[in-house]
Amino acid sequence: MTATTAQRPPAPGAARQSHVVADALTMLHRNLLHMVRYPGLSVFTIVGPVVLLLFFVFVFGGTLGAGLPGVDPAGGRAAYVEYVLPGILLLTIAGSAGGTATTVAMDMAEGITARFRTMAISRAAVLAGHVLGNTIQAIIAVALVLGVGLLIGFRPTAGPIEWIAAAGLIVLIAYAITWLGVAMGMQAKSVETASNWPLLLMFLPFLSSGFVPTESMPQGMQWFAQYQPFTPFIEAVRGLLLGTPLGGSVALAIGWCVVLAVGGYAWSMAIYERKSVR
Amino acid sequence: MTSGNEQKGTTPMTTTAIDVRGLRKSYGAKLVLDDVDLAVSAGTVTALLGPNGAGKTTTVHILSTLLRPDGGTAAVNGCDVVRDPDGVRAVIGLTGQFSAVDKLLTGEENLLLMARLRHLGAKRSKTRVAELLEQFDLVEAARKPLATYSGGMQRRLDLAMTLVATPSVIFLDEPTTGLDPRSRHTMWDIVRGLVADGTTVLLTTQNLAEADELADRIAVLDGGRIVAEGTPDELKRLVPGGHIRLRFADAAALDAASRVLDESARDDAGLALTVPSHGGVRALRTALDRLDAAALEVDDLSIHTPDLDDVFFALTGRLDAKGTES
Ligand SMILES: Nc1ncnc2c1ncn2[C@@H]1O[C@H](COP(=O)(O)OP(=O)(O)O)[C@@H](O)[C@H]1O
Ligand SMILES: [Mg+2]
Repeated sequence: MTATTAQRPPAPGAARQSHVVADALTMLHRNLLHMVRYPGLSVFTIVGPVVLLLFFVFVFGGTLGAGLPGVDPAGGRAAYVEYVLPGILLLTIAGSAGGTATTVAMDMAEGITARFRTMAISRAAVLAGHVLGNTIQAIIAVALVLGVGLLIGFRPTAGPIEWIAAAGLIVLIAYAITWLGVAMGMQAKSVETASNWPLLLMFLPFLSSGFVPTESMPQGMQWFAQYQPFTPFIEAVRGLLLGTPLGGSVALAIGWCVVLAVGGYAWSMAIYERKSVR
Repeated sequence: MTSGNEQKGTTPMTTTAIDVRGLRKSYGAKLVLDDVDLAVSAGTVTALLGPNGAGKTTTVHILSTLLRPDGGTAAVNGCDVVRDPDGVRAVIGLTGQFSAVDKLLTGEENLLLMARLRHLGAKRSKTRVAELLEQFDLVEAARKPLATYSGGMQRRLDLAMTLVATPSVIFLDEPTTGLDPRSRHTMWDIVRGLVADGTTVLLTTQNLAEADELADRIAVLDGGRIVAEGTPDELKRLVPGGHIRLRFADAAALDAASRVLDESARDDAGLALTVPSHGGVRALRTALDRLDAAALEVDDLSIHTPDLDDVFFALTGRLDAKGTES
């Protein structure tokens, strides 16, 4: 048992704990390499929201903006850019969950995940690689969409502190939504169906205060819009960037992030073993 | 038992590297493994031989900690697969039936990924990866995307990835299924090389010739049960030898020939006779001499050596082992 023992990575305890971090970084590196090598999916998660932004601003923006409370009808379009951009940013994050689910489902289908399991790579490390990689991707997408927004007239009033708070909140939301995307990708029966569930997430920004004020919606929908996570997400980002009243939206948004992240994490961990055998 | 054993530094006497007792596994109501016993000595090759659906992959998955058994025990190098999965994972390597490579990376990147996950360190990773690329004839393709790899190349890369950390026990699930004959021989050479280095190998196959070629011992799995176990020679003694098949132009010739060759079996639909040959040339010569003497023309002749179908027929009395590729 001499040489054989020597080959073994140190057994339980602290040494193994440190491998989780090293392995998570290796997995992150792998996921980033995928994105650089095959940017198709990433481009899609950016182009989609940008097209919607231009569409909403230049096609509907004049009318929708004029209908916003306290807006001079002549400046409708300019007002609507301000109003809709936070919603589009959240839509970008929701859309990136589809990309996350697809890459996770691809991994599961490839059998490489089963290989990781036979190598004592902890599922925490494998999942962390996905989550970190896709969170980074979502943040890059948000930054680019925000850039387009600035080009077409989005004028935030935020000072440095508000900017930092908004950025932190967006990172947190992206992180939480990505966990959901990971779980959905793992749950999917095939790569083709992996983006179906996340598609539901993409409806949520539309059924929130992102595109029109919730007060203008019918009773039932208004109720839904008020209590679903994307309304506090959008209200908080809007408040931080544009100085609109925050109310309790920041605390509520953070609460939702915790719920979604923990939910996605528990869901993923629970099905990892079952789904990664072939 | 072998010198390889000593190279690996395990105890010089025969030790059991894989120890399976009373293993059971069901999927729903379907019993997939039914009381399987298996012992593999360190430094040897055992082939798990069986048709599609016999439970080979299930056995390998339990041994490589991907599946939990419902009953019985399984241990690898003394580590129980259920109680100490990480102990097992530290010493094993699995090349599964289906490819487990990262298709979005190049061959070299795949190997480097494995080296990192095995915590070899930057410098050793580099040398080990270069070594494996060389050994598995993948140097030229190293920087190319996997989409450009042939089936044999992907299979070799898959195995090279398994070997990055020089595991002492390796599971190969149908390593040559779907490969062309040349790639198959390359794979056989690689397996022989592993064993020469003292690695313990458990491989599964549907092909008796392959088991015969590579294995020290063969365990025949059928419907989740081990129906026979022994050295290739012991098993072959259980199987009647091969046969010669003679086809004739018409029914009259078949009739006449079947009278001349009295120990033959008739296949009227195929206008053919089957003569037991016990693997020898003598039986063939005798049969042809007799047909010559009776001035009978043979339309077509083929010689069959025993295959998995014959082994199965001998062991189970059934003819359902198709030996087809999955
Ligand atoms: N996940 C599963 N769910 C249900 N049945 C399964 C599952 N995996 C394998 N089986 C069944 O178990 C039996 C043995 O399968 P397997 O171990 O893959 O056989 P082999 O590798 O020898 O072809 C087959 O009948 C197969 O259909
Ligand atoms: Mg199989």
